[in-house]
Amino acid sequence: MSSPADPRTAIAEALASGLAQIAAASDSESLRVLAGALTGKKGDLSRVKSSLGGISDIEERKAVGQDVNAALAAIESAVAARAEELVRAELSVRVENERVDVTELALSAEASARRGRLHLVTQATERLEDVFIGLGFQIAEGPEVESDFYNFEALNMPPSHPARSMWDTLFVESDVEGSVVLRTHTSPVQIRVMQEWPPPIYAVMPGRVFRQDTPDATHMPVFHQIEGLVIDRGITFADLAGTIEAFTKAFFGSGFTSRLRPSYFPFTEPSAEFDIMRPDGTWIELGGCGMVHPHVLRAGGLDPDEWSGFAFGFGIDRMAKERHGVEDLREMYSNDVRFLGQFS
Amino acid sequence: MKVLLSILRELADLPADAAEVALALNSLGLAVDAMDVIGQPVPGVVTARIVRTEKHPDAAKVTRCYVDAGDGQERHVWCGATNMGPGDIVPLATIGTAMPDGREIARRGILGIDSEGMLCSPAELGLAAESSGLLILPADTPLGVDLFQALGIEHDVLFDLDLTRNRPDCWGHAGIARDLAAYFKSTYRGPRIDTGRIGDAVSPAVTVEAVDECGMFSAAVVSGVVVGESPNWVVRRLEALGMRSINNVVDASNLVMLELNSPNHAYDAEVVKGFNVRVARGGETITTLDGTVRQLHPDDLLICNSVDDAPIGLAGVMGDQHSEITSSTTTLNLEVAWFSPDPIRFAANRHGLRTEASTRFERGVDPNAWGIAAERFVTILRETSPSATLHAGATVVTTSGLPTPSVVTVSAERVCALLGVQIPVETMVNLLNPIGYVTTASGSTLTVAVPSWRPDSTIDVDIIEEIARHYGYDNIGKTVPNSIVHGRLSLVQQRRRILRQVLVGLGLDEAMPMPFIAPGDLTAVGLSEDNTMRIVNPLAAEESILRTSLRPGLLKSVVYNQSHRAPRISLFEMGHVYPKGKNPLPDETEQLCVLVAGGTVTTALAQWNAICDALSVGAQIDQARVPAGLHPTRSATLSRGKQAVGVVGELDPAVAMTLGIEGSVSVLEVNLSVILAENPKPVQAKDINRFPSSDIDLAFVAPDSVTALALQRAIRQGAGARLVSVDLFDVYRGKGVEAGSRSLAFRLRLQEPQGTMTEASIAEVRDACIAAATKAGATLRA
Repeated sequence: MSSPADPRTAIAEALASGLAQIAAASDSESLRVLAGALTGKKGDLSRVKSSLGGISDIEERKAVGQDVNAALAAIESAVAARAEELVRAELSVRVENERVDVTELALSAEASARRGRLHLVTQATERLEDVFIGLGFQIAEGPEVESDFYNFEALNMPPSHPARSMWDTLFVESDVEGSVVLRTHTSPVQIRVMQEWPPPIYAVMPGRVFRQDTPDATHMPVFHQIEGLVIDRGITFADLAGTIEAFTKAFFGSGFTSRLRPSYFPFTEPSAEFDIMRPDGTWIELGGCGMVHPHVLRAGGLDPDEWSGFAFGFGIDRMAKERHGVEDLREMYSNDVRFLGQFS
Repeated sequence: MKVLLSILRELADLPADAAEVALALNSLGLAVDAMDVIGQPVPGVVTARIVRTEKHPDAAKVTRCYVDAGDGQERHVWCGATNMGPGDIVPLATIGTAMPDGREIARRGILGIDSEGMLCSPAELGLAAESSGLLILPADTPLGVDLFQALGIEHDVLFDLDLTRNRPDCWGHAGIARDLAAYFKSTYRGPRIDTGRIGDAVSPAVTVEAVDECGMFSAAVVSGVVVGESPNWVVRRLEALGMRSINNVVDASNLVMLELNSPNHAYDAEVVKGFNVRVARGGETITTLDGTVRQLHPDDLLICNSVDDAPIGLAGVMGDQHSEITSSTTTLNLEVAWFSPDPIRFAANRHGLRTEASTRFERGVDPNAWGIAAERFVTILRETSPSATLHAGATVVTTSGLPTPSVVTVSAERVCALLGVQIPVETMVNLLNPIGYVTTASGSTLTVAVPSWRPDSTIDVDIIEEIARHYGYDNIGKTVPNSIVHGRLSLVQQRRRILRQVLVGLGLDEAMPMPFIAPGDLTAVGLSEDNTMRIVNPLAAEESILRTSLRPGLLKSVVYNQSHRAPRISLFEMGHVYPKGKNPLPDETEQLCVLVAGGTVTTALAQWNAICDALSVGAQIDQARVPAGLHPTRSATLSRGKQAVGVVGELDPAVAMTLGIEGSVSVLEVNLSVILAENPKPVQAKDINRFPSSDIDLAFVAPDSVTALALQRAIRQGAGARLVSVDLFDVYRGKGVEAGSRSLAFRLRLQEPQGTMTEASIAEVRDACIAAATKAGATLRA
């Protein structure tokens, strides 16, 4: 391009041409290239600027210089405005191109993010544990295959004690016949805890237990219990009743109450059954409890004159069964994914 | 234990309402399993004779009966039954009678002819669950009297009690009545006794050789006996309580047992003149009353005839068939004994013979009750055999085998301290005495003589329980102990819960197979059965082995679900295994098994990585140690040096084929006893390096014998301190890479600890990595 005679004309022409080109720019990239060309060193306006030295009149030179700068500023703001327009247009095209049927995706395999299910017994156990933790209890565990000592003898049932027949025991082969059993209750953990934990003890002991029971709708040879044990100075029968009541309200709801009825267990005395009354006045027979028998305290290495305590226990499976309306206990152990999958 | 309210009422004064009695029984710890009303009278039903019958031409199915209800007046009744005829005496429900089913008898008949009542069947009167036809009464039944009176039916309530082991006394009605009387603060009367004239002293010979097993043996003579039928009330009570009527002698004996918890036996004194109690001799047999010839065991206790020392009873269990009372018996030798509970229990078990008597002896009967038992026996017998005479001079032998009655001292403070309620000493005394615990108080010390019918009471807590029972559990308050212990999950328990959440987050369902497996289950899945333990008395052979791995059980669940065409079988189990160890108890550990049908080794690795990340644990993946039962070329052991903490991979296709599993199954097993017990130290914060980082990509061709892990380790070593991370981002096999090798591409992020990476330092790292990789057996891919 030849140098125009009048710099002002050149500025006007360059500005007009530049604005026209900016307006015509069809995409962000060509606009970016164009902007570089219009405002760069080789652009028409720069060239005018570099020829300013040829204007002898200082005032004139200054005025033309200002005109060039103004033109450059106009170009830049036009570029910015056009750039925003183009981005907006491009985005709207892109957005349209990206359109999907969200419901179609929702049904697709990639969108499936199914969480697994915990077994109903695990769910019930965790709920019970949480309630007891809230009541100040810790959680203890013990082996499922037990010695005769922990399962019976230490629980005030010496060999051939008639009360042993209260449980249909499964025996495990061992060198001394009858000395190893599948624990018939979680009570042996009481003894282990007494031996291992320094008192005071506030513990619950959930776990798997075994009986020689043929499976039916309400019995399984393998099921779950939770046992509670409190050992402290000055623990009373009233504390037992109050703790059962606190548990009842915390676990079942404030409308539920509990009562104790005299009963018999070799490892507690006085012993009781505890029942829960629903808000409608009907009763649920829940489990057994009582003051820890002095013989049991001694077996656990504790002096009955210094320490007293209570214990309680009940079945977990039945809680899960009743909560979810499971008709047949065997269903819970079928491991059928159609059954398991129901309970989120 | 079945209990009749009518008998309880004879023994003690009780409230009129049976429901109130039931509540009391429950409160006393004598749990009522069932309560049945029997012989509820139906007022308005009277006896009537059918005078004549006739048919109506328009009513083929019914008969017109004309009956006489004792007033000589003929009443017309329509009747649908067919088993009656003129002369029969039948129950007539008169107009206005409210029937047990709720109907009220109205005059309205059929065909416009009124019916003046209804003739009844046993079922309609609540006397039987079902019946066909009318109840036909004996021909000598008086007319016009209340039917239930005519039948001698006593309105009664039958309780079924679930008795606990510590209450042997409640195996007799007397024990229950005594408890109830104390509960209601009424009088315990005991059984009605009317022996009439006492005969001259006769003392049968009694010797007790087995002194340990037989603590007391008494023999009393009853003469003038006429064997015959029992009165109605005796038959009815025995039948309601589950026993059969035999004759007046046996029935009286049984009723005494049920009333007083005193099993006893009446022998014909002409045959059995005296007794010897001894254990059985080798080769001896007895034919028990049930007709079974029983080979006797040297521990079996026998009652023998003193005449010839031949056994006449398996003591405490059942009598001998040949020593039964006959119709010609006139004099009885009545035995009441106390046997040690254990020998009787063992004998009953040995012979598979649990009888009403053995049930009572093995719990403990009252050794002092022989006198009242004999008197009550004669009282009942005299109703049908008025000449029966109890003779003085009964022989009573007691031995060293009889436990001494307990005298227990207990301090009132201890009672209050254990129960958590303030009970005055005087109240304690007043609670114990009515139930036979003869109690005296000296200051705050109670001295309690335990009654002979409560052998379970031997120490202070036994007494405290009795006080609590009669004070009322409901009257003891409800308090909460002031625990200084804080509730929490242990570290292991917290980590177990985290793990469960990780696993369900991975879409896995928790299964709970039985921990028992069948012989061969382990070998079928490629595992060893060597260190298993067996159950001595399994329910079934298929459940006779304690599992040493979760895998067989969980694989069965996979098979089960595949057979039901379940679309998604992703299961995990956390449970115990019980391998045999050096101790009597197994080396029990907690394990995790995860199986995904259709999953691959990658699936299992992703699960393992998620677990490592969540629990801050790790292990080497050692493919050189192929886990048993897993895919030989697509599995590895998770190891910590020599210790294996788990396995990862796919099920051995050969195992899958054996089990009939379709497709691959990913397997992850982790020893949770190790992993959960670890307590990772809290991570210490490191300064974030804010200098710019540079990434370089390096691709190597490595033969399959060089593991990716080994190559990555070499690169890591070569890169040194500047390496931030190294990730395998591409694996390529095929054209351009020779067979048996693959290209492994790693992306390295580099950063100077202090300063910016330069071209020169990047090149230095690159060269060092290439050198290390080459040394490891890989070559830089051109």
